[in-house]
Formats: sequence, C-alpha cells, structure tokens
Amino acid sequence: MNKTWLIFQREFLNRVQKKSFLIATILVPLIFPAILAVMVYVFMKQEESAVKQTIEVYDATGKMQFEEDDKYKFIPVTGNLDQLKTAFNLSDHYALLYIPEIELANPEGITLYTKENLSILRMEQLKGKIEDLIHGLKLEQFNISRETLSSLKTNIRLHNINISDPEEEKENNTQSLYALGFILGMLIYFFVMIYGMQIMLGVIDEKTSKVVEVIISSVRPFQLMLGKILGIAAVGLLQFTIWAVLISVLSSATLGLLGVDMADQQTMEQVQSMQQPDAQVQANNNNPVVEIVKIIDKIPILYITFNFIFYFLGGYLLYGALFAAVGSAVDNQQEAQQFTLPIMMPLLISYFALFMFILTDPHSTASFWFSIIPFTSPIAMVGRLGFDVPLWELLLSQVLLIAGFIFTTWIAGRVYRIGILMHGSKVNYKVLAKWFMMKA
Amino acid sequence: MCNSHLLSYTNHPNLNIKPVEALTASNVTKRYSNHLALDQVSLTVPSQSIYGLLGPNGAGKTTLIRIINQIIHADEGQITLFGEKLNPKHIGEIGYLPEERGLYKKMKVGEQLIYFAQLKGLSRKDATERSKTWIKKFDIKEWWNKKVEDLSKGMAQKVQFISTVMHEPKLIILDEPFSGFDPVNAQLITKEIMELKAKGSTIIFSTHRMETVEDLCDHIALINKSKKILEGSKKQVKDKYRANTYVIDHRGAFTLAENNYNLKDQTVLEDDFYQSVITTIPETNPNRLIRDLTEVTEVHSFIEKIPTISEIFITLVKDETHE
Repeated sequence: MNKTWLIFQREFLNRVQKKSFLIATILVPLIFPAILAVMVYVFMKQEESAVKQTIEVYDATGKMQFEEDDKYKFIPVTGNLDQLKTAFNLSDHYALLYIPEIELANPEGITLYTKENLSILRMEQLKGKIEDLIHGLKLEQFNISRETLSSLKTNIRLHNINISDPEEEKENNTQSLYALGFILGMLIYFFVMIYGMQIMLGVIDEKTSKVVEVIISSVRPFQLMLGKILGIAAVGLLQFTIWAVLISVLSSATLGLLGVDMADQQTMEQVQSMQQPDAQVQANNNNPVVEIVKIIDKIPILYITFNFIFYFLGGYLLYGALFAAVGSAVDNQQEAQQFTLPIMMPLLISYFALFMFILTDPHSTASFWFSIIPFTSPIAMVGRLGFDVPLWELLLSQVLLIAGFIFTTWIAGRVYRIGILMHGSKVNYKVLAKWFMMKA
Repeated sequence: MCNSHLLSYTNHPNLNIKPVEALTASNVTKRYSNHLALDQVSLTVPSQSIYGLLGPNGAGKTTLIRIINQIIHADEGQITLFGEKLNPKHIGEIGYLPEERGLYKKMKVGEQLIYFAQLKGLSRKDATERSKTWIKKFDIKEWWNKKVEDLSKGMAQKVQFISTVMHEPKLIILDEPFSGFDPVNAQLITKEIMELKAKGSTIIFSTHRMETVEDLCDHIALINKSKKILEGSKKQVKDKYRANTYVIDHRGAFTLAENNYNLKDQTVLEDDFYQSVITTIPETNPNRLIRDLTEVTEVHSFIEKIPTISEIFITLVKDETHE
C-alpha cells in the first residue's frame, strides 16, 4: 500500500507541477466567459456600425405602411416591375420588395429582389415586418382592436410543488433542474474522457520508455496501475475544484454586476416576507435572475454535491481501469484507437440518453435502467439527481457502481500485468483474452 | 581439478559470510501458451560471486531474471534467495538493470533516483542522501536538476546504473550490462561492479556476448533453448572443456614416437625455430609432455591452449542444434 502511495504521489506531483496544468487550470474558467464577452462585443459593434439600408417597396395592394426604423428605410416605388428591377440594379439601394395584389387569407407571391444573398438575420427581420403588417390588416378586417387581442393572450406560470415531504413544500423548477442535470452529466462525461485518456497515455509512455520493467521489479503491476489511476484522479479533482471555485466566483461577480447580490437578496426577501407576504411573489416574478437564484437556493446542495462526487469518482475509476488496460496492451496511440472506441460507446450513449430522454422523463423505465447499470449510471443518475430519485434506486445504483469498478479494475489488472511486458506483438481481442487468462 | 575448486572457496576475502548460496533455482519451469520458456532449470549462484548467465538470444535468460525479480512467476520449481524461499520481502534486496533501459524522460535526474530508491523501500531521507552520494561519486552533480530527456544515452545509462545499485542490494542482476556504454564508461561500471562485489554483493550477469564477461565472471551457466546445458566455476568449466592441446615454440624439428601424443601441426617460424601444436590423451599431464619434449627439442615456450568461454559456448550450442 505504501508503494501505491509513492506512485500516487509521483503521478500527482509530476502532473500538477507542469506548466500546462497551471495554464489549463487558470485559463479554462476564464476562456468561456471571455469568448462569450468577445462574441457579444463583436455583435454589438456590428449592430452599431450597421448602415441604415434603403428598401424600395412596390406595393400593389397600397395598404402596406412600412415604418422606418434604425435599420431600414422604406421608399415606395411604382411602375413596371421589370423596369423597376433594372433601375434598382443601377441604384445603391439595398433591396426591392414586391408585394403583388394578395388575399389576406392567403398572401402569396411576395418577393424580395436583392443584389446579394440575404443573411438569415435580415431575412427574418424583413419577414417579421411583413407578417406584422399583414397581421394588422387581418385584425382590421375582422374588426378586432389590438387591445382586445392582447387581453385575449394568456400567459401563466405553472407552479409545481412537491408535497412528498409534508414538512416542507418544495417548489420545483423543472427547467433549472434540467440544466443542472445536463451540466453535471456533461462534467462527468468530460472528466472520464479527459482523464481516462491521460491514464492511457501515461501507461503507453511508461511502456514505450521501457521504464516499466524497472518499476514492476519493485512494485506489483496492480499497485502501479492503481497508483496511476488514483494519482490522476486527484489531479482531476483538484483541477475541477479550482474550476468550480473560479467559475462560481466569476459568476457571482457577474450576478453582482447585474444587481443581484445573493446575500442582500436573501435578507431583502426576509424583510419583505415579514412586512407583506404577498408582495414577495409578485416582486420576484418580475425578475428572472432572482427566480433562478431562488431555485438554486432550494436545491439540496449537500445531497447533490455528495452524490455528484460519488458518481464522478465511481465513473472515472470504472472507465479509468479500462483505459489503463488498453494503454498496457498497445505500443502507441494509433493502435489504441480500436480499443478505446468500444470503451467510449457506453459513455457516449449515456450522454445522448441524458438529454434525449433521461432529463425530459427522469422516472421512465429506460431512465431507471440507465441509472442502474454501472457503465451508464455515472452520467444517467447524476442527470436524475435533482428529480427526487427513490433512495433504494440510488443505493442500488451506487452499490452496483462500486461492484462495477472493482470488476473492471480486476479485469484490467489481469490484462495490464501481462500487457506492459509485451512489445511489438499484434494485439486483438483474442490476445487480450489470452492475457487475461494467463498465469503470471 | 577438485583442488582448484576447493581453493576458490577458501580464497574468499570475507570469511564472516556464511557460505549460503545467494540464489538457488531448482527445476524452474515456465510455460507460455505456445512455447516452453524455461525447462527444468536448476542453478546455484554462490554468495559474493560474479555469475555469468550466458546464452543466445531467446534462450530464456530474461524469463529467468523476471522470475527472480518476481515480475512473473514460475509454473513449477522453486527459487531461494540467501536460503529463504523467494518472497515479496526480497524485492528490496535485488537491484535489476533490465536489458531495455528506461527512465522517466520528463523527470529530473535527482527526483528520479530518489523515487526509484523509495520504491525499493528506502525512506525519503535515505534515498536523498544516497542519490547525492552516488551522483558525487560518478562526478555528475550538475545533472541533478536536468531532465532525463536532456541527457545523452551514455549519461542516462549511468543514471540507470546508479538507480540499480543505490539501495545496496545483496543481489544485483545486470542484463546485458555493457550494451550502450562507451569503453570509458564500461570501465567505470566494471570498477563499480568489482567494488560492489568486494562489499559483499552477489552479481548476476546476463549476456549473449561472452567476451565481455570472460574476465569478470567467477561462475557461469549456459542456457540454450530453455535448458541449462552447463554450470560451474569458470575454472571447472574450462577444465571440463580443455582440449588437451598445447602450443610449443621450439628450436629444432622433432617427431614424437609415443602414442599418447599427437603432433597436429608444425610450422617454421624462422630459420630453425618452429611452432608445434600437440594434443595429448586426457590421462597424461603437461609435466610429462615437457619432460618428453626436452629430450627431443629446445623448448622456448609452452602454452596450454585453453578454450575461451565463447568457444565452449559456440561448440555446445552447435552440438545442441545438431542433435
């Protein structure tokens, strides 16, 4: 055990001390907001600098009153369409809009002539304007005022309150839970992929640099494998913790900029609810950010964090051992591909299942099985965590996951101990099976 | 023959050491699915000796070494180390330099030495101290903070040698120790090996290049095609395979009438000087031959032509393949 610890330390320290680790750890949480900021900035700049475009309108109905806005200016034209087209081509106008005599019920034949291909954005903008006008004309036709129409429009918020626990009525927000499940599932997916690959590359490196023979004359191959897997897990956990802290600091800073201070908001709420309990709901309804913050406060943080870390590690260990076995069997990364694909399949499947049906219907039979089977449970169960998973399902899934990674580690260990000593042999599944059965 | 064998035992510089064998292997067999790597191999490696494990490539040397290092396990047979059955505790008592050398390329020399020593069971403090001592001894202090990938091949070999012996193992196993060393470094390593032996270590050399170990080894074993075909002290082996052939420089031609001798060749060196090759029947001895020769010629030099280990090896391996 002492030697496994030594290997663990080396793997951990060696990786953590690398410059690339430091850079990735600090940059990743900054990169996403930065990219977002740059994109928003570019978009805004573009909008600002956009020149007002002139559009010629040939309106055969004579009823369409286009209003000038900060993007488009409309000038009415009349005459022969072909002549208009020729004239338009010579002008510096942006487009020629032709509206033929149309039936309101079935407006067809409206055409926009341009000199370049229109962007989807502009297309939508102009389409919206025309639709709006026709909509208005229709209302007029049926004698309906705009006020009547807007009073007909119904918009409700469906409050969903879980009363399974009579002590506390929890207000659910399915959408936030969906997002949460999606993010957590994705984190596990990436963690397993990134660090699983790291294990594999580490093993290949030891094998090709031939250092492995010296090492296993001092430690058992299994200890080496385990030390490596755990060491890299620690690196990953550290990195993710730093990311989590940095991101939450950054996002609360952003929220702060938006005028929502979590602590303030809570005290405010308390004061409000003491003074006038009814007003609170209304006030909150107006502010979607407050709403989200409120939901986040309601999610059982401890429960989710604990279980997330469990599946995070469990999934990693389950797959990590398999990646180690693959690394031990091959001489280079190219060779590894034929073996990594089948390993990644269940991961990929559970990742797709996550947003295809697990999150939309967390209590379906398929969701149940996905979250019970060890190969898919790390992603599937984490997606369901917010949706009140029955305790027995959770425990069953966790026990099976533990059994699962003990099983894969055992299998991997048997392949690994032989594989790391084999050089230049052509490896296929039959060979792996033979190694597995071999006596050491 | 017998005398000389006894002599080599009483010649031990350190009489305090019990004459326990450093290593014994009895009937060790290792089978892989498609071939037999070791077939009933038995060996006795005397304590504080330099033992040459010789054999062509693929004979099973590396398999045997891996079994001794407990990297793999024998299917049959038993191995003892210093009188005890081989067990995990022995790992720290063995130093192993594999044929395929390898270090962590991205790791610094100092760190790496400490790490390897710790894996062999040394405390961090001891490991650090000893790494520093050795690095001073090899005069490579300035490499301490260098990464292995920045070292030349020869430099890395030195580092690897240090990592093999720095935990002061009682048994040192060197697989093809001189491959990759330039003559200067090979000399340095040879010196270190002799020093380690003097301090009480037992050394096993594994090689297919006999000439490199001829001078160093006290004992040898020959492995060919998974089987041991010869074992003994160097003297014993040479005695066994002496061809009873003598090379004599002499003045004046002669012929030998006696049936015990067979004059194989006689060439003129210069004027009246000749060189003759004589083989004898095993029952005679050199003294008698000299006596007989002095009666017929003027003897200037008399040398018994002893086969080199390499020659013995080639003869034996050839015999094997002819069978």
